[in-house]
Amino acid sequence: MSAIEYEPVIGLEIHVQLKTKTKMFCGCELSFGDPPNTHTCPVCLGLPGSLPVANAKAVHFGLMIGMALDSELAPRSIFHRKNYFYPDLPKGYQISQYDEPLCKGGRLGEVRIHRVHLEEDAAKLIHVGSSGRIEGSEESIVDFNRGGTPLAEIVTEPDLSTPEQAGEWLRLLRTTLRALGVSDVNMEEGSLRCDANISLRPAGTTELGTKTEMKNMNSFRFIERGIRAEIVRQEMTLRAGENVMQETLHFDPVSDTITSLRSKEEAHDYRYFPEPDLVPMAIDRVMLDTAGGAMSELPAARAERLERTLSLSRESAQQLAFRAELGDYFEAALAAPVEPAPPAQALANWISSDLLARLEDDAGAGGGAGGDPLSSRVKPAAMASLVGMAASKLISVGAARQVLDRLVAEGGDPRAIVEVEGLAAMGDAEDLGAIVAAALAANADAAERVRSGNVKAIGPIVGYVMRETKGRADGGEVTKLVNEQLGI
Amino acid sequence: MSATDIIGLSAAEAAREISSGTLAAGELFEVYRTRAAEHACGAGLNCFTWVASEASAEPAPGEDVAPGTQGGALRGVPLAVKDLFCTENVPSQSGSRILEGYLPPYTATAVSRLRRVGARLLGKTNQDEFAMGSSNENSAYGPVLNPWNRERVPGGSSGGSAAAVAAGLAPWALGTDTGGSIRQPAALCGIVGLKPTYGAVSRYGMIAFASSLDQAGPLTRDVTDAALMLRHLVGRDECDATSLAFPEEIELPSAERLDGIRLGVPEELTGGSAGDGSEGIEAGVLDAFRAALRRAEELGAEIVESIHLPHAPHALAAYYVLAPAEASSNLARFDGVRYGLRKMDPAHPGDLLGMYTRTRHDGFGAEVKRRIMLGTYALSSGYYDAYYGRAQRVRTKIAEDFHTAFDQVDLIVTPTAPTVAFKLGEKTEDPLAMYLNDYCTVPMSLAGIPAISIPCGLSDGLPVGLQIAGPAFSENRLLEAAHALERALGFDGSPTRVNGTTA
Repeated sequence: MSAIEYEPVIGLEIHVQLKTKTKMFCGCELSFGDPPNTHTCPVCLGLPGSLPVANAKAVHFGLMIGMALDSELAPRSIFHRKNYFYPDLPKGYQISQYDEPLCKGGRLGEVRIHRVHLEEDAAKLIHVGSSGRIEGSEESIVDFNRGGTPLAEIVTEPDLSTPEQAGEWLRLLRTTLRALGVSDVNMEEGSLRCDANISLRPAGTTELGTKTEMKNMNSFRFIERGIRAEIVRQEMTLRAGENVMQETLHFDPVSDTITSLRSKEEAHDYRYFPEPDLVPMAIDRVMLDTAGGAMSELPAARAERLERTLSLSRESAQQLAFRAELGDYFEAALAAPVEPAPPAQALANWISSDLLARLEDDAGAGGGAGGDPLSSRVKPAAMASLVGMAASKLISVGAARQVLDRLVAEGGDPRAIVEVEGLAAMGDAEDLGAIVAAALAANADAAERVRSGNVKAIGPIVGYVMRETKGRADGGEVTKLVNEQLGI
Repeated sequence: MSATDIIGLSAAEAAREISSGTLAAGELFEVYRTRAAEHACGAGLNCFTWVASEASAEPAPGEDVAPGTQGGALRGVPLAVKDLFCTENVPSQSGSRILEGYLPPYTATAVSRLRRVGARLLGKTNQDEFAMGSSNENSAYGPVLNPWNRERVPGGSSGGSAAAVAAGLAPWALGTDTGGSIRQPAALCGIVGLKPTYGAVSRYGMIAFASSLDQAGPLTRDVTDAALMLRHLVGRDECDATSLAFPEEIELPSAERLDGIRLGVPEELTGGSAGDGSEGIEAGVLDAFRAALRRAEELGAEIVESIHLPHAPHALAAYYVLAPAEASSNLARFDGVRYGLRKMDPAHPGDLLGMYTRTRHDGFGAEVKRRIMLGTYALSSGYYDAYYGRAQRVRTKIAEDFHTAFDQVDLIVTPTAPTVAFKLGEKTEDPLAMYLNDYCTVPMSLAGIPAISIPCGLSDGLPVGLQIAGPAFSENRLLEAAHALERALGFDGSPTRVNGTTA
């Protein structure tokens, strides 16, 4: 019996906390980590008689997201009430959007967007006791500081097919939202949260299988692992001749296990109806122009531009564009008036490998810059100057790396460092041949092995030359001379 | 001034006396405070659920304003406020056990606006629980008695407000109207009640029944007082997204004639007995209504009998889908988690669902539960279009009916309620019969238009109400017409003088 090949179909639902000053429907300030219940008012506590008023800035951010995702922006949209009981939901309903969302359709990269709508976040429940869930806890306490935080919910079409692709796309979305400045998009703090809808179908077919919804995976790693685990679970179910049940699932990253939160039969009937306390949102030209004017260049567009205008490799272009701080540093360095000017690709390579590795390895030594070169001691112009010299062979690669170490630790001007340390590439007048000969004599064993074909044995010989020349010798030139002198 | 003289003053007159220095605000307040306290918390007519203490009777913020200025227009005038308005640190229970002893941390916009110009909070008035009822018998704090006849209901849901004003326990009162809750009790108690245009008065701080219908308004002894209170109530409130700026100043009415005013009489809301005795309007009510129309004609009004509101007969059905639907959601917040009653299931003391069901089982009365169930059903998946969707379409049709009618006439007149005050207990076993008492008032609520009820006579010694409705924001026109009719009708609104009943 030949086994059927299954292909996963994955769609994502992303909740993004918007970085407004105040909450979605009241004037309380947004906060994170403040003492519980210090940012509340009658509205976000759901006190009797209180009424919501929509936050114009949240609508503005929603429109910017819609524009970034190439969505159709609805000229009129309304809020609905989503009714269900839970202690983190003080009104007994969440104000959300239903059949008239702010943004419909769209695309980001390879993935189509289904819709983007606005809603309010629930409060935070803390369960005291061993279970960690409301069932079996000794008591549950509610912190309403988070309650009413504006959320944009972004729903994709089921266009993803692997966990890795889902993770990669989510990173692109995060970068895009960060570039817009509409959210902190921090998964650990919950300002970016992701649910995944997962189903399997026989490879090559088009009909969708029964999907499950996996809730609230709170890191990129867990999302990929959770989706992978669910794909495995569904495949085993199908191979056993059973049907996948439509249900809502929880992934526990510690035990790598999946548990059911509720089945289709237990699903809430949310009894959506138009929120009578709010008037419809009419999106006019001014609001669209304001949102359009606030848009910065988005990562996908930046990558495309870097690739097209600077002939960077696609990988480099995306690396720089999808980490805005790298892209900004790169472009600042490229614009610096240094002579000789660094070639763009070489500059990109130096920044995203040598520089970044040093900054990330040793955040302390890098002046607390972490992975952000703009706040490191290495000024963009210094980086440009250094790469320019290396690319023009005014200094060797090894010497350039030594200079970079100094720049990361102390800052300064690379030309001055080269001068003071005598790191300039060896001129023709200097007899590199004599030093190579001395190196061969001092490493006779190694020389013999190189001669008999062991290329790797050249290490100690080159090392000797570099020591003697303080790294100024060009590695390629040294190898060439070694081979010549050994008669290879 | 004797206590009897003081009670004889309308709110506008009292304000004038205080302004001119002939009456002390403290004296006025104390006279009413004493009377109100005799009819509170189960005693007397049971109009009040809370009355200001002597100590708490501190001047309102607006009383400090210099005499003669707009800011102090109502200074020192006592104000009775329906229980469902949130009043800071004063019990606001909306007639429900689930909010017993609830002290809000803030005050409703409508109340603060009146306080800002000097009105003093006299007390909170009894009402049907969450404003659901037409007899005030659905209050967790006991029924209110009608001062015209203590075996009769005062109407509802603003029954405590209406009875208090009729009995001279307060110069005036603030009420709310969702389907007739100001107009119908005003009619049954022989006073004036005005439901403003939807959006004219902020709903912020009103414990919601049905958000798209709820509207605050005055219950007063005469039309001038209604205009005076309304003047200080209207206006856009940043805390209520559905509130609107009133397009003009509310004038104190002065009209004595109705020359050139076309009054439309819609057949659908003024018919006699339908034969089965349930839907028709009582003969005595119709007689008083017709007599009032004759007076209007004498004042120069043109009575237009040919107008129609073809969808009005469906208003009650649509209302009893839409209002409970919104209520089922509005009342979800009473879950025992944060405020009000909390009851645990004794069998499962730590169980969340048990807490929800116990709290709501014990906290809500039968009518509230009935409407929550109706509304929950109407919004359920698979039923939404058939109930909520269709009811919304009926609502639109009714609004269009009025729009068409106001092309032909200036104002529409109907009896306010199909009956006079009925006996306590008479309709409690038959919810549908109770709902029918709002037959004439619900269409205007669905259309969001203003309507006023003024007393137009007696039937069997009990007051009959005349309802006058106009297009959105036509309150000034409505008040002028009501004022002219009120003068001509010369109704004596004091039950004591009329039939010797003592309050």
